[in-house]
Amino acid sequence: MTTTTAASAPETAAGKPLPRLPWNRHLLAIAVLAVLLVPLPLILPPAQASVAVRVLIFALMSIGWNMMSGFGGMFSFGHAAYFGIGAYTGAWLLVEHQVSPWIGMLAGMVIAAAFATLIGFLALRYKLRGAYFALATFAFSEMLRLWATNSDFVNRAVGYHVPLRPDTSWWWIQFEPTSPNYFWVALGLTVIALVVSVQFVRSRAGQFAKAARDDEDAAAAIGIPVMRYKLLAMALSAAITAVAGAFYVQYFLFIDPDLAFGSSVSIQAILPAVIGGVATIWGPVIGSVVMGPLNDVTATLLRNPPPALEFLQGRSGLDVIVYGALLIVIVLLLPKGIYGTIRQRWSRR
Amino acid sequence: MTLLRVDGISKSFKGLRAVDDVSFEVTEGSILGVIGPNGAGKTTMFNLIAGALRPDSGQVHLNGKEITGHAPHKVTAAGMTRTFQLMRPFYSMTVLENVTVAVLAGGAAKRTARTTAAELIERVGLGRWRDALTEGLPTAALKRLELARALASKPQVLLLDEVLAGLVPAERAPVMELLERLRTEDGVTLVFVEHIMAAVMRLSDSVLVLDLGRVLTSGAPEEVTRDPRVIEAYLGEDPHAQA
Repeated sequence: MTTTTAASAPETAAGKPLPRLPWNRHLLAIAVLAVLLVPLPLILPPAQASVAVRVLIFALMSIGWNMMSGFGGMFSFGHAAYFGIGAYTGAWLLVEHQVSPWIGMLAGMVIAAAFATLIGFLALRYKLRGAYFALATFAFSEMLRLWATNSDFVNRAVGYHVPLRPDTSWWWIQFEPTSPNYFWVALGLTVIALVVSVQFVRSRAGQFAKAARDDEDAAAAIGIPVMRYKLLAMALSAAITAVAGAFYVQYFLFIDPDLAFGSSVSIQAILPAVIGGVATIWGPVIGSVVMGPLNDVTATLLRNPPPALEFLQGRSGLDVIVYGALLIVIVLLLPKGIYGTIRQRWSRR
Repeated sequence: MTLLRVDGISKSFKGLRAVDDVSFEVTEGSILGVIGPNGAGKTTMFNLIAGALRPDSGQVHLNGKEITGHAPHKVTAAGMTRTFQLMRPFYSMTVLENVTVAVLAGGAAKRTARTTAAELIERVGLGRWRDALTEGLPTAALKRLELARALASKPQVLLLDEVLAGLVPAERAPVMELLERLRTEDGVTLVFVEHIMAAVMRLSDSVLVLDLGRVLTSGAPEEVTRDPRVIEAYLGEDPHAQA
């Protein structure tokens, strides 16, 4: 924006064209990026290709989280609930009823969205805000974790192993362990999630959700039914994160209550968005590109530490420590995240 | 024709009667000024009428339909929109985006919403701030933004909570002209709370005086401001005595 002095500033913008909206540029960028990334698994060595898949799983989780907590402004510390519902619904339908994981994924999305709507309704009905809202979401995800750990219905703490098929199949999302198909499935899902988030933010519903986030009373005063659009943002958010859970099971072929509903899962949904930039389209993606490899590096370090770090051998939790340190650094240096900060610098010019 | 009718609404906070049995009527196309000392219950009364608070007793009718205790967004949909005394912009949005959301909330098509919003922004004189973020806008601009956003919902009745407060005299005149044009050109009925007596005298067809939550008196501005009780409770001196 150019600033002119008050004296010479024109009092009107009548002739000025309306500023261009960014949405089509975002969609174009998504398309270009998708095309560029298609050959990636053919170029990368297998170990790095699996890191790339992990990046995409992080991105999916966090795109979901960002929709409710970024654009919707309701901080969730319990997205493990939706990730876990996606994972367990897919696994349960596949193992117990031989249903295709694609259908399991859709079912997981629906159940996660319904559960989010229920939690959201209760939390908003009793006017929980800020930290109290976040704690309520955490409580619900812990509730699911304890239920899964203690319920014969979903195999208690044992969880599920996905049975290996003799053939490879798109319908059952099962390929050779090093197949590029896994990456392509994850890429396709992530691209859809990104397009959905662009379309949501530009839509009437998305604009209303943003208005309600900025000022609930003012939004209601211009005629927006605040509760309805908040719940919509939560349901959509939960559905996207559930997709990540459903895909996770197909890729790692295993799920248990801690992997599905543990609090570290909720953190993994939050961090990419915070690192990349909360309430931006690209924040979760950029944050995932940082987080994915980091996750791999810490895991390798714990498995085969160099001599100087031998005391780390066989321990766990290093990734959480590194995440925590990273989060502190990011929040201090780039409070709007990597993309958020770049975008702000750019628009100030 | 009576557009807004308020019958004996009351509201207590922990035993304190903030609004006590207030009744009044507003005729379509008229302007009602609401005055009274600080703490008289003016803003609480707005909150009760606009649905932000539910009255303990009494009714509110808009266009013959009862809207008592309806949620704020339903009151707006029924044709009555309020502004806030303390400006409450959507802080992540530009002025244009703020008004566009309001136009959309009024049910306009997405295709035309931005053009409509830009026209509204011109109309309230916010043109030069159109593409600016609301952060850092001067009070005068934020007050006009409140007005533009409220107008976007095409209200029959507009409840204005101190739109002139915080403006220097030179800034007040255009806003007052705008309010008059809203009535004459758009047929909007106005109920406004205001402390600036010059504006109340100039705009109001009738004036409602609140004190300690009750209606002290109401009537034509000339009569009301000569009432000794009003002078004692609120004005402190006879405004006609001034030049």
